[in-house]
Order: sequence, then C-alpha cells, then structure tokens
Amino acid sequence: MLHTKPRTGEDIVIRGARVLDPVEGIDAMLDVRIDGGTVAAVGERLDTNAHRVVDAAGLVLAPAFVDPHVHLRTPGREDEETIASGTAAAAAGGYCAILAMPNTEPVVDSAATLGALVETAGREAEVAVGFLASITRGQRGEELTEMAELADAGAVAFSDDGVPVASAGMMRRALQYASITGRKLALHCEERSLSHDGHVHEGAVAAELGFHGYPSVAESVMVERDLALAGFEGQPIHLLHLSSAESVAALRRARDRGMAASAEVTPHHLVLTDEAVRSLDPNVKMNPPLRAAEDRAALLAALADGAIECIATDHAPHALHEKDVPFEAAPFGVTGLETAFAVLHTHLVLPGALSLSTLVERMSAGPARVFGLDRPRVAVGAAANLVLLDLDREWTVDAQSFRSRSRNSWLLGERLTGAVAMTIAGGGVAFES
Amino acid sequence: MTSIRLVRDDLRPPGPPPRRHLLSIADLTRDDVQRLLGTARTFESALDREVKKLPTLKGRLVVNLFYESSTRTSSSFELAAKRLSADTLNVKSAGSSVDKGESLKDTALTLGAYDPDVIVIRHPQIGAPQLVARVTDAHVVNAGDGKHQHPTQALLDLYTVQQELGRLEGLHVAIVGDVLHSRVARSLLQAFELVGIRCTLVGPPALLPRGLHAEMTTDIDAIRDADVVYVLRMQQERMETGANYVPSLREYAARWGITPDRLRPGQKVMHPGPMNRGVEIDPRVADSVDALVETQVRSGLVIRMAVLYDVLTGGPVGVRALAAAEVA
Repeated sequence: MLHTKPRTGEDIVIRGARVLDPVEGIDAMLDVRIDGGTVAAVGERLDTNAHRVVDAAGLVLAPAFVDPHVHLRTPGREDEETIASGTAAAAAGGYCAILAMPNTEPVVDSAATLGALVETAGREAEVAVGFLASITRGQRGEELTEMAELADAGAVAFSDDGVPVASAGMMRRALQYASITGRKLALHCEERSLSHDGHVHEGAVAAELGFHGYPSVAESVMVERDLALAGFEGQPIHLLHLSSAESVAALRRARDRGMAASAEVTPHHLVLTDEAVRSLDPNVKMNPPLRAAEDRAALLAALADGAIECIATDHAPHALHEKDVPFEAAPFGVTGLETAFAVLHTHLVLPGALSLSTLVERMSAGPARVFGLDRPRVAVGAAANLVLLDLDREWTVDAQSFRSRSRNSWLLGERLTGAVAMTIAGGGVAFES
Repeated sequence: MTSIRLVRDDLRPPGPPPRRHLLSIADLTRDDVQRLLGTARTFESALDREVKKLPTLKGRLVVNLFYESSTRTSSSFELAAKRLSADTLNVKSAGSSVDKGESLKDTALTLGAYDPDVIVIRHPQIGAPQLVARVTDAHVVNAGDGKHQHPTQALLDLYTVQQELGRLEGLHVAIVGDVLHSRVARSLLQAFELVGIRCTLVGPPALLPRGLHAEMTTDIDAIRDADVVYVLRMQQERMETGANYVPSLREYAARWGITPDRLRPGQKVMHPGPMNRGVEIDPRVADSVDALVETQVRSGLVIRMAVLYDVLTGGPVGVRALAAAEVA
C-alpha cells in the first residue's frame, strides 16, 4: 500500500545508542547492525563487518515515525509541495512513512488519478508514502467514489478531509460500502452550519478580538453523529485532528462501549491554545482552530492514556503570498513534518507532561496500527525504519532550512530542544543532519 | 500569546526601537490615554481661534487608506491632518488597484514608497493595520479593522464623556445592541477598564459574544442605572440572511430600542453613527438635548489631531504639545 523510490539496502552499524522501542519492550544501550537494509542484530559490542559505523553515543535510536495525515498538494499545487519535497521534509522530521490526503486539484477520486500518484511516488518519494482516496466524488458529498477499484489501485483509506460529509445518509452509505474494501474512513468532523465563517475558537479570545467564532460543538456534534452511525453499522472509523474536550469525551464513551474508533491529534493542538491567536499571525490559523486550555488538557490526557492513538501533523503547506495577508483572509493550515518531534519533545517531554516512550509510540506504532501498516521496529529481521534522535541539541526553526516547499510554520524563530540526527527509511539513509 | 510560545529575550536579535503606532486600545496604558485626552484639549482650545490651522505637522505626509465606506472617520482624519498642516493623500479601495486584485501588502508597499509619515487604515479584516505596520516604515493608525478595534472612536468617546460629565473614573456606561459585530464596543470595553468606568453590555443573546470577560445581560432594564447609554448600530450589512441573530429588526426595536420611556431624565445617550433611527434608537432620543452624537463628531476631530501628533512626536504632555505648536 506504500510507495517509495527504489533504495539500496545499506550496511550500517549504529554504535552505542540508547535503543528505545516501547512496543518491543527495549530501552537499553545497544548496538544495531543493519545488513542490506534489514536489521540483522541487536546487541552489545557487535562486529562492524566492514559496515559503515555510526557513532551514536548520547543519541536515542527509535522506530522511525509514521504520519497519518499529510497534504502533499500534488496534483494541482506543486508550487506548494510535491511528492519529492514533502517526503524529503518527512525524512528530515524522522518519518519513514506518511499518508497523503486526497483533497488535491483534482481530488483523488478515481483510479487514474491515484495511479499517477503511485507511479510518481515510485520514482520520487524519499520515504514510503500511501495515498487516501476521497469518500465522495470531488469531495462534494453527493456520490460515493468507486471505493473497490480505488482500494485495488492502492488507496490506504478514504477521507473527504478538509470538508465534512454533510449528509448523515451519505455517511451511512459510505460506511456500508467501505466495509467491502477493508479500508477505514478517516473523518473530518465539522458541522458547517455551526462553524461557518469561523476563523478562531469561539471563546474569550475570539470575543475580545472580534473574530467570528468556530465553536468546539461544531466538531463534537459531528463526532457524535459519526460515532453513532459507525456504531450502528458496526464499522471502524478514524477521527482526524481532534481539537475539543467534548470530542475526546465522545471518543472515550465509544471506545468504552468497545467500538473500533481511533483518533489523532496534531502537535499544534497539543502545544498551543487560542491565546496564540492574539499574535494575529496567519501561521496559527488552522482547521480545526486552536482551542481553550481545557481542550488542550483533555487532548494531552487522552494521548497519554492511549484513548488517542496517534499524533498527526496535518502538514498543510501554503504559498507564501497566500499567508502574507490579514488573518481572516489567510487559508487554514500549517506545516509540521520537520518540527513535530522537536516541538513535542521540547514542550511535552521535557516539562514532564508525556514520556519519551509514549511520544515515540504515538508517532510510530500507533498510526501504523490504526491504518494497518507495517510497524517500524527495532527487531531482527525487520526492514530498517529507524530514527536517531539527539535529545540535547538546541536549534532555532529557520524557514531557510525547510525541505518543504512551503514555510507556513507556526514555529518560525522558535528555539527547540531535540533534533533528528538520522532517518533510515526502507533500509537506506533518507536523512542525515 | 501563550507562555509556551515565547522566544527567550536573550535569543531575540536586537532590533531598532519600535515605531509608535495606534493599533489597539490594548496597547495603551492609562497614562497614554490621559496624555492623548490632554493633548486633544489643548488642540480644542487652539481651534477657537479665527485661523484654525496650526503649523505643527508641516511637511509631513498622512495617507488615509480606506477599504470600507466611511464619512465621519475618513473626513475627520483628513481634516485633523490638514488642521495640523500635514499633506494628505486619500486612497479608497473603490477605483484603486484594489479593484484589480492588488493585495493589501502590495498596496501598502506602493504607498510606502512615498515615505508617508503616517498611514491611517480602515479595513474589513482583523489585523490589516498590523500587516501595514510590518511592511512599511510609516506610523500606522488603525481607523477600524473588521470587528476587532476602532481605537480613535473609543478615545473620542472618552473625551466626550469627560467633557460632558466632568470625570471618567467611577462612571457607569451601558453599551446596548450588536456587541458581537462591534469593533467600537471592543475598543470601548478596554478603554473603560483603563480609566475605571464600569461597563454593562446589553443585547440579544446571540449578539453578546460568548466568553467575553464583561458584565452582560439581555435585560434592557439594566440601562436604568447607567450614567451614559451607549447605543450601537444594528449592522445590517453584517446580518447575513438566515443567520437569525434576531427574528426581525421590528422585534429588536421593540425589545432593545432606546426610546424616551426607557431613559431617566438627564441620562446621556451616545452613538458612534451612522444611526438607524427607529431601529436601535428612537428619533426623539436621537434629537434630544441628552444625545451627544454631534459632540462625539467634534471630539473626533481633536482626538485625531492628538493621535497624529502623538504618534509622530513621541507624545509629550498636552501643555508641551501646545508649546510645540506655538514654536513650530
């Protein structure tokens, strides 16, 4: 289901790292030997066998990350991102695999469009990329896509991300039909009659600044609706970029009933609140919007205890001129692939709000499990999908250093602690700092 | 800004000292407000003379960039600049390159190439003045940005109240109507807090912003205790069909309209204009001696003179302002 450019498996020995794989139950100072791109040995003082030796003293070696929610803007807006640039950015962020959303121009709603992407990814992708196809044709919410053919052509899942499936009847039909494909629906939950024209979370900050509010209930009523429909049809669903405490509560109730409902949360919703909007910086404008401190706390608690299984960047590149306008005129969305680990390490792990091993699990095994992908792991016989992390390195986020074609990051100029030193994806070195 | 999003001061590159702008009442201190009101009083006394023009800002260029229709604000900024002998350049979005799709940034850069000392901007979007301040070297004065701020309106209202009631601190003002869409109300709330005026917001439930830290009620009887009733315009152009903030303007007028029988004798009434007579304000109230609407307009001129003077000169106190005017 994932596609990447051909890469020769490399022979490497990573010497002296703290090897951390929470699912495999490893947290120890070990060497890891990779033969031809496959993990061949994990142990102490391994022979180098004339392999390239990477001195990883003081570094952490972990399963590389998986991002279930990326906008590669291809086809249609290659000025903002391409498969090559987006996957290079992913490699720099420590990712070995990403999933791309279908809200492109045209929408990925036919096997022909999907086939062209798969072919390009096979030539250009620096890390493995999988593609979602849309639930409805053109994401218009009127007719189902040919999901069976799309699944055969490689669709990893289905989503109308960016726009909600407005009609409950359409959502029910989508749940019913998607069941034959074995692929999940990944749902953007937004009731447009409540969020319309809203740019900022409806709360004290929007009230003070004069922004039309986008209330949290606009998300949670749709979360409740979709959970009810999925429960009724007995189908699994994945909830995209949750932002509100009410949505988290609904998710918990559904999971407690035994429903196969999963969810993701973005780094910006975990770190910022709507207070950040006071800067009027268009790079803190995203959909769903940054919410209140209680919402952030609920998201963080759910991430920590596993009710929310994955961290997704919702990497959404935009051209410079489109964001260089007043806040209300700017499009929604921020980039995130190249800063996700560092910002979460800096603002969640270092202050003690989340353990490093939980962060690694939610950025790697969690999303792989939700979408049925191979789990990146430190285990003999597994393909080498590994990331080397330098937890002590301090750096300043600088637009010039981005591999992404866009620079609409909410972290420009920020000082972060923790950096990706090397990414090994599909058995080869995809990034090295 | 959240505490999480702070760059340590020692890591910030040293920059030039900030230029003086007036973007939001939130940027002002109580001392700033007192200084501006004092400067305005000084200018008002100068306007009693036969020749009303002062040479204070001679040779300075003030650009008025208006993206929304305006009578009061645009005319009073223009006149304020002219009374201080500045050159003025008025640009309206209609008939300019804005009609051809030019972005705000490019329009600001174009006008900035004339090296204006001040750019006064009104724009329908929140944060437009901040953008102009970022891309030009001019001092920027916000003449209204979306539903966000209208700082000179709040200052002229404070000036009016002080002139009429002799003080600010300890007064009680009721703001009535469409608070949700009102930049005037947002600026006033902050200004009132700075000077110690108690404020009550009164209006229909959907037009009182959720989460606003203020005293709020839907009960029109709450205006009884107020020294001043500040009436907001029902902004019909922002009332998209189907929004149903209120069932009808008729019902709004019946429930929240300011009529003579809802007022105590001598209770002062203010309105930022333009008024919808018969909707938010009864014509008998609008024309009564207790309505301060024309005083507000006159205050607007001297306040805008004070603001232009203040951003350009670094704002000495009122007495020194007049001295500077005399010397110049």
